[in-house]
Amino acid sequence: MFSRILTSALFAGAAAGLITALLQLLFVQPVLLHAELYESGELVHFGAEAVSAHPELPGFDAMRDGLSIVFTMLTYTGYALVMVALMSLAERMGHEVNARAGILWGIAGFITFHFAPGLSLAPEVPGVAAADIGARQIWWTATVAAAGVAMWLIAFGGNMVSYLIAAALLIAPHAIGAPEPESFTGPVPTEIGALFAARAFGVGLAAWVLLGAFAGYFWQTERKHADAKA
Amino acid sequence: MTTKTLNASVAGSAILPALFAVVLGLGIITLAGHVQASALHDAAHDVRHATGFPCH
Repeated sequence: MFSRILTSALFAGAAAGLITALLQLLFVQPVLLHAELYESGELVHFGAEAVSAHPELPGFDAMRDGLSIVFTMLTYTGYALVMVALMSLAERMGHEVNARAGILWGIAGFITFHFAPGLSLAPEVPGVAAADIGARQIWWTATVAAAGVAMWLIAFGGNMVSYLIAAALLIAPHAIGAPEPESFTGPVPTEIGALFAARAFGVGLAAWVLLGAFAGYFWQTERKHADAKA
Repeated sequence: MTTKTLNASVAGSAILPALFAVVLGLGIITLAGHVQASALHDAAHDVRHATGFPCH
């Protein structure tokens, strides 16, 4: 059982992670590099002269972007291990798990790990003012845990009480509020910050839908292998 | 009685590997997304921003 979980998660995480890394390099990284020009002070917003919105950006950096690819694959393999483990439990409860169902799993994972915390701690462009990192990490972790339980209750609870608990778990972290900075000191134009958040969410959703579909697919294929061996 | 024991052991054999995988997965996510050791932070910097982890 453990090897089936491990194999499915590694395949799904590596495949989804690689595609995600390429999508991030194509759509998110240029926005990040643009923001860094303001973070470093190379460009200054609202100075004496208007600044071009199309500066020359550094190209592909083998070391930096290579590490990003490795860490994206690693991160999505971590997500995949959690997702496939839960898939194995759902299957035992009698729910079919395949690539199609995996799409829903992926959307639930996106909401849990990316959208729920991001709703109040928006994806940060480099240079933004933010509260203490430790406080934000605690809030992030608690919000992800609450959203994860909520997604499970919505999917498998099946009664009004579990839906109400799920709604409370989804709303509570935002009603309580995320740690916020004392003052705003971000040097980056709001257009870049908004584009960054939108791109991060968009690529994140695509990544998670792929991850869910791959995880469901490999979980099913690995069962056929396990059945054939038995 | 026999069926009960069997069910319990089947449930145990399903939950333990799943729990193990969840712990392993959360460990990897923490390592890639949260640990602030500077070498790790620098290597994962762009990914943390793009994936919505709190960074810096």
